[in-house]
Amino acid sequence: MVVEMKRELTCIVCPMGCALEAEIEDGQVVNVTGNTCPRGAKYAEQECTHPERVLTSTVAVEGGGVLPVRTDRTVPKEMLFDCMAEVNRVTVRLPISIGTVIIEHIAGTEANLVAAKNLERGK
Amino acid sequence: MKREQIDLAIIGGGPAGLAAAVAAYDSGVRDLLVLERDSHSGGILQQCIHNGFGLHRFQKELTGPEYAWEYEKMAAERKIPIRCGSMVLNVSPDKVLTVVSPEGVTQIEAKAVIFAMGCRERSRGALNIPGSRPAGIFSAGTAQKYVNCMGYLPGKEVVILGSGDIGLIMARRMTLEGAKVKAVCELMPYSGGLARNIQQCLRDFDIPLKLSHTVTAIHGKDRLTGVTVSQVDEQRRPIPGTEEEISCDTLLLSVGLIPENELSKGAGIRLDPVTGGAVVDEKRQTSCPGVFACGNVLHVHDLVDFVSEEAALAGKSAAEYIGGETAEESPLELKPDGRIRYTVPQRIVGRQEDVKVYFRVDNIYKKVEIQVTCGDRVVLSRKKAVVTPGEMESLTLKKEQLADCQGEQIEFALKV
Repeated sequence: MVVEMKRELTCIVCPMGCALEAEIEDGQVVNVTGNTCPRGAKYAEQECTHPERVLTSTVAVEGGGVLPVRTDRTVPKEMLFDCMAEVNRVTVRLPISIGTVIIEHIAGTEANLVAAKNLERGK
Repeated sequence: MKREQIDLAIIGGGPAGLAAAVAAYDSGVRDLLVLERDSHSGGILQQCIHNGFGLHRFQKELTGPEYAWEYEKMAAERKIPIRCGSMVLNVSPDKVLTVVSPEGVTQIEAKAVIFAMGCRERSRGALNIPGSRPAGIFSAGTAQKYVNCMGYLPGKEVVILGSGDIGLIMARRMTLEGAKVKAVCELMPYSGGLARNIQQCLRDFDIPLKLSHTVTAIHGKDRLTGVTVSQVDEQRRPIPGTEEEISCDTLLLSVGLIPENELSKGAGIRLDPVTGGAVVDEKRQTSCPGVFACGNVLHVHDLVDFVSEEAALAGKSAAEYIGGETAEESPLELKPDGRIRYTVPQRIVGRQEDVKVYFRVDNIYKKVEIQVTCGDRVVLSRKKAVVTPGEMESLTLKKEQLADCQGEQIEFALKV
């Protein structure tokens, strides 16, 4: 049996926020409309099968303060709170430079958590 | 009082100030200075730790601090001095800046000045919400600074009034940090934020967006205990009988941004009542010769990428001014029709280059035509599927099209 359905989505790849419509058959995206670029089609396919997000947050700095961090690639959307649990357990020591890996393969995903800012001691 | 002389003074070390400085340097200005009142450069980008910046400018998705770092590197490579902890108190019409810093009060005489002071948030006082004055009510940007720069979570149960981008971003951020965001209320029947932020900040976390709703009462004495939310009619008046009380310890306000133009007013610069920023020509020169403005102090942008673009234009123009170039031909005034609320620039003085005109509309319209006319003649028309107040639009007038404009004004109209 072929199950057909349509899903309306908002593309989050760029600030244009295109309104997309994905046609899904048997759990597979067979057609995407409303996108203005190929990235939109790719996003719709991913969003309907296994949605992913970049996580941004902060980690504690030894002696006080926080450091902004990000994942260096997207993580599965359902893993965001598992990633946050790891983010909240870590404390970094300064100085730290932008791009430094803080947690490898955060929460068992393929993404690394990296520093998003240079931070010197006493700042 | 210490007195200094300089070719170019740039007020503000955020994204606009840094991009203006880099462009001015690259156009030949060597005697320049960026004045920043905070202890670091980068401006509001430093607290915007989310990603989504730089897709236009750098073709990659950066966080706010990463975007700032790109420009801080460029400024450092050029050895552009950034004087932090320096607040400009006044700018006189003859371009003398009064600056206070830990060294005391200094006067700086500048040949040209670029205003890049950014904007600030509308506060509770501007909204007239009745009720007591408990703790727990913050502007969204203040809460953002607490969470992202200082590491404090300002509350556990949150209602957000206003669906501007900062409010949406904070809904996600507070949720990730363990707070419960109960609702985002928007007075208008549409969101003022980017569509993708509705998806990735609200829908991703099942946070309800209540359109045509506002906060009509605030409860609590020492700390906020809840708010009353009401539906509003088409005139934005609360509808009796629709009141709903939501218990919360925190109310975030994301209700608009106001360009910070106290210095512009002090310098006697003509302001546009719609943008809240200076009236400028296509070079971003204000009504005061040699004083330029760019970024959110001029008009509130959605994307930092366009702030950088505009600031680079202001920086280049300031360099030309210092070099003695002036290109005043017969000026053209740009007249928006009302549906188009404003244009930037508001006037065009040269005809030698293409001019990109930015504008915003007053409502959501579908299947529209943007028409630029000079007298009876249509200079340019462009069809668009949808325009919304939350997203800045632009179109480019070619120099050939400008050369054909004989009158004193060109009209910008939205045909629906």
